Formats: sequence, structure tokens, C-alpha cells
Amino acid sequence: MSYKTLVTSLALMALLGAGLVHGPSASAQGTANAALSAPDALVKSLSEDVLDSIRKDPTLQAGDIARLNALVDERILPYVNFEKMTRLAVGRSWRDASPEQRQALTKEFRALLVRTYAGAVSTAKDYQVRMQPFRAEPNETDVTVRTQAVPARGEPIQLDYRLEKTGAGWKIYDVNVLGVWLVENYRNTFASEISRGGIDGLIKSLGERNKALESRKT
Amino acid sequence: MGVLGRLLQKVALLALAGGLAACASIPPGAGTNPADPWEVYNRHMFDVNDRVDRAVFKPVAQAYEAVLPQDVRVCVNNMFLNLLEPVNAINNLLQGKPSEAMSDLCRLAVNSTVGLFGCFDVAAKAGAPRSNEDFGQTLGRWGLQPGPYFVLPLLGPSSVRDTFGRLFDFLGTDPLWYIQDIPVRNTLVGVRLVDTRASLLPAEKVLEAAALDRYQFIRDAYLQLRRNLVYDGNPPRLLDPDDEDEDERPAAAPRPRDDPPMTPATR
Repeated sequence: MSYKTLVTSLALMALLGAGLVHGPSASAQGTANAALSAPDALVKSLSEDVLDSIRKDPTLQAGDIARLNALVDERILPYVNFEKMTRLAVGRSWRDASPEQRQALTKEFRALLVRTYAGAVSTAKDYQVRMQPFRAEPNETDVTVRTQAVPARGEPIQLDYRLEKTGAGWKIYDVNVLGVWLVENYRNTFASEISRGGIDGLIKSLGERNKALESRKT
Repeated sequence: MGVLGRLLQKVALLALAGGLAACASIPPGAGTNPADPWEVYNRHMFDVNDRVDRAVFKPVAQAYEAVLPQDVRVCVNNMFLNLLEPVNAINNLLQGKPSEAMSDLCRLAVNSTVGLFGCFDVAAKAGAPRSNEDFGQTLGRWGLQPGPYFVLPLLGPSSVRDTFGRLFDFLGTDPLWYIQDIPVRNTLVGVRLVDTRASLLPAEKVLEAAALDRYQFIRDAYLQLRRNLVYDGNPPRLLDPDDEDEDERPAAAPRPRDDPPMTPATR
């Protein structure tokens, strides 16, 4: 049983929380407002818009990379701190990385997440998002928002987000599916890549992985 | 023995062949992670399991998926999970959660009758969600750490604690093993295996894409997942090591971190 939930969780983790892609919709403004006010409101708004746009868009359901990338740039990027995500996954070695290396790492990691997401996006349309009770002190700058992805049939799936308050509003920097945090799950892999081939080695591995996925076609 | 016996024989032979031919690439520095001191063995076993899976379990699961419509597969899955409700109840009780244990028993009663032998999860629709408990989690709840990560032959990811837990589940609380009629029992165990494997198929492709190193990715996810289950979905937060928060300029006050001092995330 646990292995089943494990692989399900990995797949869903790849969905980046099924909540991060969000389509061109009138509620984009609503999401923007939510980002400035409350973290749970932001997550709710993003999740709903995302699922909505996936349901409406067959090209997205088919996992079209160009389309997904456009969406990520346009809609998700404002609410996700990919750089922090990458920095936390890289860990200590981030300090030794040059600005160019940091940029390259963030770019490749982001590409990997988007590609993975593309492979899973078709299943996302069958889920509804249910918010879980949210508690935070008003002056809190780092919070966890808990939700559940509820499929038409079967078990609800735990789906949590970590957000940080920045000058530009709340930003997501980690996603958790069934208890598996995305950043933590990459940390050991990144560390061993770096110990083997340095930061450039990790950049190269990520790049090769992305190229392999590209040629495989989703 | 019948079909299952022959299948198991075949699997054992393949495992042996796989074991002899095992040539999992062992990266330098394997075993230095304190959570995984047996990494060299684990990687070999992971590799063997993978071969056996590709040769036997996966093709069978694919055939199962191709032959049966989704509704039937969901029904079968629900029926097997329904049989595990007593396991949930016993472990919830052992973990000091009597009301959850009671809910599990109510679910068993409702789903076995109104839900047609567990085919439909009507209890969940009525607001009683399914628990997911086993003895490994109970041991964790009692304060036992997982110990070294341990890849079991055929069964896959585990830890020392969860291996003991599984043994207890297997010998003590798994209802299928109480069935007296041996052919019936073996058939059910076999179908359950296929059912479990088939439900992993959609997730597999995504996993292939996400992981730089499948072994590590699955290991780290397993350890996180189990920790989450021990705490019923709400574990204390681990500190992000080396988080310097460079993008957070002085404007923000130092962020409050009142998490208990757990083992850091990178072990």
C-alpha cells in the first residue's frame, strides 16, 4: 500500500501541486489581488484558475510544452519563487555558485519541473481543490497552506504549499504532495551531483535530462 | 499451488538470474548518507526488483488494465482496501486514537453492506474518510526511528522499522492470510498484487521524467512519505539547512522559527 501512495505522490508532486499553472482568465486580476492579501486566498485562487484552464484547454491536457511554458511565464512566475526553490534544493553549495551558475541552475531546474508537469497535466483535470483550515499570525512571513486534491473517485490527496511574504506579495517556494516536499526530495540528488562534478556538473546533468526528455517527446 | 505457485517460481528464478547478473551502477560516495548506510546493497536490490518488474509484474498489470474497464478496477481496489479496515482500526487503537478506530470499523460495516462488499466507498461520501495505517506507522508513533533505508526483495522501498512493521502486518493483521481455502487465498493475494501494480502505472511515466537518479528520488520520497504518515499528515517542520534567505532584504524581520530541533533534512 505504501509503495502505491509513494508513486502516486511522486506523480502528483510532478503536477507541482496541480495548482500552479493557471490559464488566461478574468480571475487573473483576482489572483493578483490575493497575492497581496492572504496566502491561503492566493493558493485557492491559483488552484481554481489552473484547474479551470486545464479543463478548458485540450492542448494543455495533451501536455504541449510550448503552451505550458507560456502559461508558466505569464501566469505562474509572478507567484512562484523558482530561485528560492532552486537555492534550497542546491543547499550549501549555492554560496559558491557564481551569478551565472545560479541563473543556469534555476533555468534548468525550472525546465525540468515544467517538463515533468507536462507529463502529468492530463490527469489534473479530474481533481477539485479543497482548502484545509488555515491559521497564521498576522505578522507571519513564512507560512504553510494546506489543501487537498479531491478526485472524482478515490482518496483525496494531501497538497500543501510553503509561501513567503516578499515585497511583491506572497510567493510559493515549495510544494508537498502526500507529505513529500519537492525541494527536500531533490536535495540529496543535487548534493551528490555536486560532489561528483561540481556545480557545473549539476547544471550539465539537469541540461542532459531536459534534452533527453525533449527528444523523447511527451 | 496452481497458477500463483508457478508464477512465484518464475519470479524467484528471475530474481536469482537478476541477482547474478546485477550490475547496478554504484556511484562514488554510496553509503555516506546516514539514512542509507546500506546503499550499495540497496542499489543492487533496486536494480533486481526493476528487472523482475519489467519482466513479470508490469506486463501482467498492463494486461489487467487493458482488459478490465476502469469502474471494475476501482471496485476491485476498493474491495481490497475494505478488507484492510480492521488493520487500520487495530493500528489506530494501538496509536491511542480510539475514535479513528471506531470510524474504521463503521466504514467496514457500512461499505461491506451498503457498499456491496466494499465495491463502493459510500462511507467516504458520508464523511468518514479512509485511514491509512500499518504497524510500521504505529512503531513510529511509539517513537521508533526508521533506521537504515532498506530495499526489500520484490517488495521494494522500506526501512528497518517498516520491515518489522510489514512482518507484523503480514503475519498478524492481514485478513487475506486468515482465509482457510488455500487456492482462494492465493488467487486473492495474486489479484491484489496485480491490482496494486496496475494502480502504479499512470504515475510511472511521470516519475521517469522527474528523477535525475531514480534510486535516490524514490528513496527520499519514501522516507518523507513515511514520516508524514507517522504524523498523520502533519509532521513537525524540518529546518531548511543553509537557507540564507538572500532575497529577503532587511525589510523583513528575522523570521520566527519555533520548529522543534529535528534532524536536519539532509541527513
